[in-house]
Amino acid sequence: MSTHVEKDAVTGTDTTGHEWDGIRELNTPLPSWWVYVFWACIVWSVGYWVVYPSWPSATDYLKGTFGTTNRTQLHETLNNVAAERAPYMERLAALDLHEVANDAELLNFSMAGGKAVFADNCAPCHGTGGVGNPGYPSLLDDDWLWGGTLDDISQTLHAGVRWTENPDTRFNEMPAFGRDELLSRDEIGDVVQYVLAFSGRETDATAARRGAEVFEFNCASCHGEDGKGIQELGGPNLTDGIWLYGGDVATITETVTNSRGGVMPAWEGRLDEETIKMLAVYVHSLGGGQ
Amino acid sequence: MSQGSMAQSASSSVDYNMDVVRWGAIATVFWGVVGFLVGDVIAWQLAFPVLNFDIEYLNFGRLRPLHTSAVVFAFGGNALLATSFYVVQRTCRASLFGGKALPAFVFWGYQLFIVMAAIGYVTGVTQGREYAEPEWFVDLWLTLVWVCYLAIFVGTLLKRQEPHIYVANWFYLAFIVTIAMLHLGNNLAVPVSFFGAKSYSMFSGVQDALTQWWYGHNAVGFFLTAGFLGMMYYFVPKRANRPVYSYRLSIIHFWALIFLYIWAGPHHLHYTALPDWAQTLGMTFSIMLWMPSWGGMINGLMTLSGAWDKLRTDPVLRFMVAAIGFYGMSTFEGPVMSIKAVNGLSHYTDWTVGHVHSGALGWVAFISFGAIYFLIPVLWNRERLYSMRLVAYHFWLGTIGIVLYITSMWVSGIMQGLMWRAYDDLGFLQYSFIETVEAMHPYYIIRAFGGFLFLLGALIMVWNVYKTIRGDVRRSEPIGEADAIAAAAAR
Repeated sequence: MSTHVEKDAVTGTDTTGHEWDGIRELNTPLPSWWVYVFWACIVWSVGYWVVYPSWPSATDYLKGTFGTTNRTQLHETLNNVAAERAPYMERLAALDLHEVANDAELLNFSMAGGKAVFADNCAPCHGTGGVGNPGYPSLLDDDWLWGGTLDDISQTLHAGVRWTENPDTRFNEMPAFGRDELLSRDEIGDVVQYVLAFSGRETDATAARRGAEVFEFNCASCHGEDGKGIQELGGPNLTDGIWLYGGDVATITETVTNSRGGVMPAWEGRLDEETIKMLAVYVHSLGGGQ
Repeated sequence: MSQGSMAQSASSSVDYNMDVVRWGAIATVFWGVVGFLVGDVIAWQLAFPVLNFDIEYLNFGRLRPLHTSAVVFAFGGNALLATSFYVVQRTCRASLFGGKALPAFVFWGYQLFIVMAAIGYVTGVTQGREYAEPEWFVDLWLTLVWVCYLAIFVGTLLKRQEPHIYVANWFYLAFIVTIAMLHLGNNLAVPVSFFGAKSYSMFSGVQDALTQWWYGHNAVGFFLTAGFLGMMYYFVPKRANRPVYSYRLSIIHFWALIFLYIWAGPHHLHYTALPDWAQTLGMTFSIMLWMPSWGGMINGLMTLSGAWDKLRTDPVLRFMVAAIGFYGMSTFEGPVMSIKAVNGLSHYTDWTVGHVHSGALGWVAFISFGAIYFLIPVLWNRERLYSMRLVAYHFWLGTIGIVLYITSMWVSGIMQGLMWRAYDDLGFLQYSFIETVEAMHPYYIIRAFGGFLFLLGALIMVWNVYKTIRGDVRRSEPIGEADAIAAAAAR
């Protein structure tokens, strides 16, 4: 309401003379450091516009005197990495898997590269470092569904498991004995008892005896008469105490009743040959390589 | 001071519309607690995913926008609605334009918008734009409410009995006008059918991303910065009972802030498909924004010259000053993070989350708490708040909560960024993504605990506000008195 300028007692500065609901304002000049830093930011920004891509026109934009963009920076980084890796990659491409594994330098390189590729592509299912998850095999032990030699691992990596788009994929199919009524509930109960005995656990001896016959006619063709599995067919070993889905009665009953069949993608075409070699060497080295 | 009391008594003849301010103050407290609660729930969900309970309505993806919208639009929005209606009336010495009905429509219409938006999030109806998730029909409703809000505000300014418009009102007006523009621009969408909720954005690809972050960044700039600066410009000088430090600084920093902020959005899209020139402009305008932002901090803090002693005895003023401190910190951190080299480390990490919360908890919430504690006794004609000591407890719980939150997110975010980019001599990455997630777990727990303290403080506020409105006053020794006596005894 008023335009009555007065001097503020604390600061010695004049007010502007305006007042709103009891609030007045001092007529303090701009703090000089504030003005300087503001100008410095503006000058720096103008300088940045000169050297990097900046203001657009209708059809183009200022390119900047440095001539760099996100894209050139990215290509530069990628090219540097490719150049550093080139000597290794060339030898990786030229040598076969066994030669790679026997060459100390390439083995080192493959271990470093394989670890990184494994972490990005395989760890979501097989776990960090290959420890495995329920339904996804551990790669640290010597229990191999499809074989643990360098060549076996390489083929599994190339073609995947039950990856029907790839003609060479690892494939088998366990019948759903209960769901498809191939076995009765009692027969399944018996065969489960028999299977428990393979890994030296306590069983109902009478049921297991009945189960032996069921096993021979229904399971042995893939899992072997002795339950030790048939790797060429991908039939898992039932005697080693290692269970992909779980080894308790309920889980084994569930497996026999409804079957199991995990899927692994074929990496051929997704990863280049050199990378698959690195991965094979890395996985082979994890503990169980044969 | 004599002038102040004269203005006060002269203005008492105006028939102010304080109903809507009272409702807004209560709504602010209510939605604040809701928003903080949901925020802490999702913080625990991040630490322990089992807390998603496999229930679609409670999973993180749906509760997260519920949290952001509840704190920004429901808590912050109601705080701005209530204080702007209060401030514009008091500083114009005029009652609200539109009589009783129009402000009531804006208030209740805005609450309806909040409820519609919240129901949409929980049931999965969203257009998937950050901070603009509500679908087209909710957007249309908000547009109507917002135009009425603008009409009331401008109408009241035009009715004013003061020769000049007070600086707080410039900021409130900038907030209302710019939010209208942002809302309309970012929500241009084509509904799939007239009776269906689904719509598709008018833009696609990188244009869509740029529009989204032009909106998203300026929601921060004009909702959470300009609006709350308006709040600060009224309540800080009022509470400190000191003149505003510099009129000239308020003019310069206002116009610089308004002009520069609107350009800064592209810094959310560094190293993306966004053309380099747009990234450059987004970054440089963010750098130039540093001092204009700090103009508000200087004006707020320096207004306390000659009143700093009040911080010892007045926890309400302490809330306001701490808010200005957090404001200064996050408006420095923001330009730093917009620098491409820094952003290459910070982007997509928890550092960003920590940055947002130092602004949201430290600045927005604290300045609002200060304003609420100022307003509640005034609006209900109470002698004073029920208990100043409870305000002090709220202040310390909140402050410790914020410090735990932002420091844990700094550590977690910078660690996360460093782990993502760690590679050996031959360019092979050293960590998988899941390893970075595992490493962040302890910091998620610290953050959730900090959020819990912040929520606890807000619940104390609820009690204090409730008792004050009921008219209770808790008789206790004034704060600082015991210290003063002890100091006197020591002498």
